[in-house]
Amino acid sequence: MSELLEIRDLRKSFGALAVTDGVSLSVAEGELHAVIGPNGAGKTTLIAQLSGQLSPDSGLVLYDGEDITHLDMATRVRRGLARSFQITALLPGMSVLENVALAVQARSGSSFRFWRDAGDEEITNAQARVALEEVGLADRASVLASALSHGEQRQLELAVALATKPRLLLLDEPLAGTGGQEAERLIALMQRLKSRLTIVLIEHDMDAVFQLADRVSVLVYGAIAATGSPEAVRADPAVRAAYLGEGA
Amino acid sequence: MTNLFLLQLLNGAQFGILLFLVAAGLTLVFGIMDFINLAHGVLYMVGAYLMATFAGLTGSFWLGLLLAMPATLVFGLVLEFLVFRRLYDRSHLDQVLATFGLILMLSEGVRILWGSAPLNVDMPALLSGSVPLAGPLKYPVYRIAVIAAGLASAVGLWALINHTRAGMLLRAGASNRPMVAALGVDISRLFMLVFAFGAMLAGFAGAIVAPILSVDPGMGESILILTFVVIVIGGVGSIRGAFLAAILVGVVDTVGRTFGPIWLRMVMDPSAAAQTGRMLAPMLVYLLMAAVLFWSPTGLFGRKGAK
Amino acid sequence: MSALAPRLKAALALFVLMALVPPLVTALGDPFLTVVANRMLVFAIAALSLDLILGYGAMVSFGHAAYLGFGAYAVALGARWGVSDLLAQILLGMAMSAGFALVTGAISLRTKGVYFIMITLAFAQMAYFFFVAQSSLGGDDGVALQARSSLLGVSLEGDLALYYVTLGALVAIYAGLYRLTGSRFGRVLKGTRENALRMQAMGYRPFPYQLIAYVIAACLCSVAGVLLANLTEYVSPAYMGWHRSGELIVMLVFGGIGTLTGAVAGALVAVGLEEVLAIFSDHWRLGFGLVLVLVVLFSPDGLTGLAKRLGIGGSKDV
Repeated sequence: MSELLEIRDLRKSFGALAVTDGVSLSVAEGELHAVIGPNGAGKTTLIAQLSGQLSPDSGLVLYDGEDITHLDMATRVRRGLARSFQITALLPGMSVLENVALAVQARSGSSFRFWRDAGDEEITNAQARVALEEVGLADRASVLASALSHGEQRQLELAVALATKPRLLLLDEPLAGTGGQEAERLIALMQRLKSRLTIVLIEHDMDAVFQLADRVSVLVYGAIAATGSPEAVRADPAVRAAYLGEGA
Repeated sequence: MTNLFLLQLLNGAQFGILLFLVAAGLTLVFGIMDFINLAHGVLYMVGAYLMATFAGLTGSFWLGLLLAMPATLVFGLVLEFLVFRRLYDRSHLDQVLATFGLILMLSEGVRILWGSAPLNVDMPALLSGSVPLAGPLKYPVYRIAVIAAGLASAVGLWALINHTRAGMLLRAGASNRPMVAALGVDISRLFMLVFAFGAMLAGFAGAIVAPILSVDPGMGESILILTFVVIVIGGVGSIRGAFLAAILVGVVDTVGRTFGPIWLRMVMDPSAAAQTGRMLAPMLVYLLMAAVLFWSPTGLFGRKGAK
Repeated sequence: MSALAPRLKAALALFVLMALVPPLVTALGDPFLTVVANRMLVFAIAALSLDLILGYGAMVSFGHAAYLGFGAYAVALGARWGVSDLLAQILLGMAMSAGFALVTGAISLRTKGVYFIMITLAFAQMAYFFFVAQSSLGGDDGVALQARSSLLGVSLEGDLALYYVTLGALVAIYAGLYRLTGSRFGRVLKGTRENALRMQAMGYRPFPYQLIAYVIAACLCSVAGVLLANLTEYVSPAYMGWHRSGELIVMLVFGGIGTLTGAVAGALVAVGLEEVLAIFSDHWRLGFGLVLVLVVLFSPDGLTGLAKRLGIGGSKDV
């Protein structure tokens, strides 16, 4: 398998606190790579650096063989590296369809068009509907994003990321705050997606992680404590001590 | 020529000190509460009017100052209690609208109470006259006293912020507000304290400037915008930045008006220099602001990422 | 063609109403009111242009009146250079505004929040002082115009001609902005208003969109400035004072931001109110300020909420 994403000795400190402390990691094309770790291990900070929201102090991020360490978020997204947010980040005052259509618009043609009604673009809307269909929100297309339930907002978050047509999807706790049926639906969706996309998944729900992941990396105090198959990681005594012991 | 420059430098420093007194409280309010207050200049104006009134009533500059300062403080507290504390959690747009409304109200109120004609405050006998400075150059004692009083306030403020518990909380609050809230500090009381103190400093600036400038209803607004320039250059929330930026703005503005045309004469003919100088001088501080922002969008001492 | 949106209907009703004002007030025997109504239209254009950046782009500019000034001075400069055609003067005003907005906007937009408000205010003040220093243009006092402009050879000396040209400009700008805000560009702008980080995570860089909107708003506001100078036949730095910028925000918020129709309605009401209050007292600003403070404090959503409850402006355009 070829590496789609490679992280080399990534470091980021806030003041005296090293939040990312020499992380090296590689993600193969097509795999679902889960990153787990206790609260405060630096998972979200890591995602922020991979997506371009934060700039690392040192180290490299290689995507498809290219150095993208200092590219901004928008450029990375255009190259196929999309993300979802842990705390739902939508366009609350716009409709569900518009939220997704904007993501479609970003990659299809210029947005410096000032006259034609964007709401009438059949092709854009059709593609947006496909993404909504995919996450099961098609019947909510005309509702305001702010009017969705929490679980639906998580689904929309995914639909928006999918609509950018990513090659690599960074999912930051997609199941956060969902339960029961909602979570099951999202897990099933990720199961479908992993056959088409490379996914880096940060998640607290261990059942979901061990069910979905091809490989798991454990992040403790800003460094990778172990990487391997779910079974190997589950069996690793160091991991059990540092992490799984707490919750198990 | 050198003497004239020295004179203008002193005038600039004196102006800068006044700007600092007005800016100090405001920059903390911006920094800690992320609250935009357009009406801060009003406190400067009110300070000057109260000074004019009390000095007129008592016939004494010193009694006037003694009464004007606590009166401005009380006025500031009343405003905080009635208006500002209801605005902290609101959008910037609401804050802009309400404080703009306050300016309209209070400026008009001052016009009704005191009239539109400028008022004068007599200089105290103790501080009138001039002292020789260098060679034939003399400088008014009162302006020296203003500089001294301003510097003393700055030092006092510095000590307060660096060596007291309240000051420590302020510094923490200006750079990281959620942290202070998390420490269990009553943020609204802290803010009231900052606001009252800022109001008094602005009122103090208005009071001591009264004998050298005329007291008129527009004075709060003209200084407000320069105060904004000072805060933007210094970085929101930074007292040190406000001090340096205030002196810089004061000196650049004052010296630029006098020496701009003179310096321009070296590179162009006199009439063109005079014309260009007149045109550029009032714009200098704004160009300075633009240059600083271009270099650092959060000002000289603003925290990064706090945009 | 589907049914017209409610806010579009409301705008059309306002335009028709304003078109009927001159014959009406003439019939009532007070043709001077045409000038007052013309003033309303001019400020409606200015408030509309502000709505593009403040309402649709969430950029709270406190320096928008600067562009009113650039437009007005374009007329004064045009008159001096012998250019009396309105369109040429509008082009000149737009060129000056675009230049200034491009540079100051690029600097201001690198900042956010209270910085943005203070910086736009400071730059407008810089422009103000620039014109105060122009002694050849009357400096602080301003300069009276010898005559109004002409449009394609037709003189606008008559109040009626100027009135309908202003109304035409207002309708055209409303239509243009209506299209613009519904276009791809407008959608990106609205998305940036809602959540700039999310837009970046979709692959957009907000800056160029915001800057272009800022420049367009400046150019459109300068049209109002050109018309204002023609209306008063006078040009002075007071047009671009910071109070004026504040008043533009008040007008816009009063009518409701982000709807376009609200900007028009707000300007009509606010200018009307100003005229009426000024009749009663020289100190009308006291009452105006008091009302403003009270409304913001006691209407939970600020003026917008109150306006919505009163049914002015209609719902937000999403």
